[in-house]
Amino acid sequence: MKLTEKIDFYQKPRDFWRGLITLILILTPLGINSYGLSLLTQVLIFGILAMSLDILIGYTGLVSFNHATFFGVSAYTTGILFYCGWKNFWLTLGAGIAVSTALAILLGLVVLRSSGPYFLMITLAFGQMIFALAWRWRSLTGGDDGLPGISRPDLGLPVSMENNISFYYLVLVFFLATLFALWKFVHSPLGMSVVGVRESESRMQALGYNTFGLKLAAYALAAAVSGLAGVLYVYFTGFISPQELNWTMSGLIILMVIIGGAGTLVGPVIGAAVILVLQNLISSYTDRWPLFMGILFILCVMYARNGILGYFLKLFKGGKNHEGIGS
Amino acid sequence: MKALEVKDITKKYGGLKVLRHLSLSVAPGERRAIIGPNGAGKTTLFNTITGLSKPDSGKIYIFGKNVTRLSAYHRARLGLSRTFQRNNLFFNLTLLDNINLALHVNRSPQKARDFLQHWGLYHRKNVKVKELSYGEQRQVELLLALVQSPRLMLLDEPTAGISQGESRVITRMIQGLPREVTVIIIEHDMEVVFNLADRITVLNRGQILYEGTAAEVRTHPAVKEIYLGSAGEEGP
Repeated sequence: MKLTEKIDFYQKPRDFWRGLITLILILTPLGINSYGLSLLTQVLIFGILAMSLDILIGYTGLVSFNHATFFGVSAYTTGILFYCGWKNFWLTLGAGIAVSTALAILLGLVVLRSSGPYFLMITLAFGQMIFALAWRWRSLTGGDDGLPGISRPDLGLPVSMENNISFYYLVLVFFLATLFALWKFVHSPLGMSVVGVRESESRMQALGYNTFGLKLAAYALAAAVSGLAGVLYVYFTGFISPQELNWTMSGLIILMVIIGGAGTLVGPVIGAAVILVLQNLISSYTDRWPLFMGILFILCVMYARNGILGYFLKLFKGGKNHEGIGS
Repeated sequence: MKALEVKDITKKYGGLKVLRHLSLSVAPGERRAIIGPNGAGKTTLFNTITGLSKPDSGKIYIFGKNVTRLSAYHRARLGLSRTFQRNNLFFNLTLLDNINLALHVNRSPQKARDFLQHWGLYHRKNVKVKELSYGEQRQVELLLALVQSPRLMLLDEPTAGISQGESRVITRMIQGLPREVTVIIIEHDMEVVFNLADRITVLNRGQILYEGTAAEVRTHPAVKEIYLGSAGEEGP
């Protein structure tokens, strides 16, 4: 019996790596300074955000250029509710996710009628409309000043979230829960159907699938998870401005997904980590950090078409090509 | 009740009339071939029947139900399935996952395995479809249309681009279908057409030029001239 368990353990190296990485994430706050902890918290929040976009780019085949909209709208909802006196974390979390999901369903009814480059352009247009709205509607959003001074939430627990370590663990719990839930989703019949849409929408229709409904479900799910990231982000930074709704933010999330490896869930988290760490490290030496990001992107396009994770999986699998973004 | 009834449909792409007041009716269980030169409107006709494109005018009935305004997936749910002229498969997924998707995933995992075993492709179940040979991919194209036990199948050039041996395999697969299934096939290979079809419809410039049995089509002078060549011996 013991022997079987041992063999099973070695036959599932993935479980080992998953366990090890989770353990490292749990123990990290014990051996890291406050700057490192803050960066790691940011990586986990953007990891959630990048995973949510991966559902669209990697699994559904929809390159959406307004993902920051759902992130920012949820963050604004939290900020505005905070200004209205809502301090309870769970209520603001629910509200943030609900608003971004509802907005995704409304927008999805329009944008999902197009595909390919047209889809990309129309999502970009809607994203910029909402960015402009946040910029102009000063009485609600604070305009370009944004909404500052949002303090850490009250969870109704004996632990204070003002403590960065406690807040890190809160983010970590949501990160692991999101990873698990999205992993379950992509391996569910619904997740498989969404991959079918990525592979061939006309074939899926010929097989009796309501592809529009599937795309709308994926779009709403991605927006909901993005909304979760938005709520955590605004509590983390204590500030939200229109820049979080801008196309540059949407572009950054797309880069995280593509550099990390679309269609893998974990890849975009690696992408988020690489981009944020590089951005923080290089920007402390030079203002020209986007130049290095550009070089990284070019290297990925030339040598790692399936992203960093795809590249390493290919190495470990002895040259067997790993499939990422419906390549 | 007819398996398929197309009434007076017209389809234009810009200024080009691809289908011109075309009417067609196919009896249940029939094997109907649709032939015609390239550009005759055969695939457009299939696309309008399956709902991938909407006709500008006219009506389409499947087993007596008016489906003209129904979407493609609604029509599929009525028992209509099709294959595509160019392989339209889930290329990055395994063969087994392709069949599972066609079975709407959650029904019975064993059913997909049994189905592949029945059609002799079980040993290839874990191979990604893009890694299968072209001939095998054409078979998968047919299997995806078959696995849902359709009542009406539209096959768009199922033997295009494959060897004679592979073509015979696919022809045998179609011949082996139960008679409850109505089959409409677009095909350029006249050997396949004459082997399979009860009746043949000849399409030219978006209109029906002639309709009859294989023997009648072979000898019809206008068909010979336009499609089979004046000698009536050569293919397109």
